[in-house]
Amino acid sequence: MLAKRIIPCLDVDAGRVVKGVKFVDIIDAGDPVEVARRYDQQGADEITFLDITASSDDRETMVHMVEQVAGQVFIPLTVGGGIRALGDIRRMLNAGADKVAINTAAVNRPEFVREASERFGASCIVVAIDAKRVSKASEPNRWEIFTHGGRKSTGLDAVEWAKRMVEYGAGEILLTSMDRDGTKDGFDLALTRAISDAVDVPVIASGGVGNLDHLVAGVREGGADAVLAASIFHFGTYSIAEAKAHMAAAGVEVRL
Amino acid sequence: MSSVAIIDYGMGNLHSISKAVEHVSGDMRVVVTADPIQIGRANRVIFPGVGAVRDCVQELERLGLDELIRNLAGIKPLLGVCLGMQALLESSEENGGTACLGLFAGQVKRFPEGLTDPASGERLKIPHMGWNQVRQHSHPLWEGIPQDSRFYFVHSFYAQPEQSQECVGVTEYGLEFASAVARDGIFAVQFHPEKSQHAGLQLLANFVNWDGQD
Repeated sequence: MLAKRIIPCLDVDAGRVVKGVKFVDIIDAGDPVEVARRYDQQGADEITFLDITASSDDRETMVHMVEQVAGQVFIPLTVGGGIRALGDIRRMLNAGADKVAINTAAVNRPEFVREASERFGASCIVVAIDAKRVSKASEPNRWEIFTHGGRKSTGLDAVEWAKRMVEYGAGEILLTSMDRDGTKDGFDLALTRAISDAVDVPVIASGGVGNLDHLVAGVREGGADAVLAASIFHFGTYSIAEAKAHMAAAGVEVRL
Repeated sequence: MSSVAIIDYGMGNLHSISKAVEHVSGDMRVVVTADPIQIGRANRVIFPGVGAVRDCVQELERLGLDELIRNLAGIKPLLGVCLGMQALLESSEENGGTACLGLFAGQVKRFPEGLTDPASGERLKIPHMGWNQVRQHSHPLWEGIPQDSRFYFVHSFYAQPEQSQECVGVTEYGLEFASAVARDGIFAVQFHPEKSQHAGLQLLANFVNWDGQD
């Protein structure tokens, strides 16, 4: 049976791993190659690198980092952040990434996703969706797509957007709740379930993991195919192996 | 010196597979090439694959590599990976029906819509993406890999070989499909050994040391 995946996410700025709490406070947490190797040894099913480098001068640093990691870590690698053109995708795939995550560029020009999928194949193309709840407590659930770290509303309905991105050729959806990101309160399960039920491709739940029960809930209640977390793994609160043992004990199929 | 050629027909990223092969092949020479002479000289050949099957077969034909691959059977060990496995069957449903290389009798089919897990009733997503188990049938390339080990898969189409004795690995995803096929020094897998950590590296190590005998 197919295993649910556990994916540690590393935020990378100019070649160093950092973790943004709600994308504002940033703490340095190490060398990407060493961190990736440690996660690989602990049993991570994939690793996602999010390039948060502001300066385009440092883009080449990211390509070099991906090459270094891909030469030593033989599990799938996803790279997101700053993917705006077909050339960016080609560079990352040639460096050894297996998938790229497209976020803002998809909002700015949805056809980019179609072009990328046709050129490189849907299985390489992850569309990252940052969603925030816009409905009041008394209203039916509704979420919209936000950009710029959750500050800028696009007015796009999250469920409709996810469906459209899959129609355009997204092979996977990386779904982040901007309400939960950095809170440690757990995934937005209603959001995860709504997107997961709406699309046929795998959904990675992200944003808000504070303990191992949250991972189980993301799969069970949210219907996620994979769960992504950063700080609980980076600061050694839990190892990937502990996370997997916990999920297995709860009856979730994992790769042990 | 022994050498391994990885066929580069211009469709995708061969960095991962070449790195993984270099990792397990010691001082063997690993070349990534579309040159029929270099492929002809190599002791072993890897046929990787990403993208769509029609583009793959067309590029092989354009480069004159289709006949070369067909003629490898029984001559030197060949490892097909992912699309490189699917392209070895007779035909694929992908791209509205595509004739393939025909080294294995049978077809490549798309996972049907509305697939569910027989045990849980859970709806199954397409592509089949992630770590799934392979039930191994006896073959030297499984040496040292525990039965039912998990490998990393990403695909929406699956191979259905006609000859059951050519199926050497079976995986379940709503239905049972051939995740590994073999005959006459050819071994082909649907999963990505280069992305399957220990089990995948062991399979690649077994391949680069394989004499092509069953």
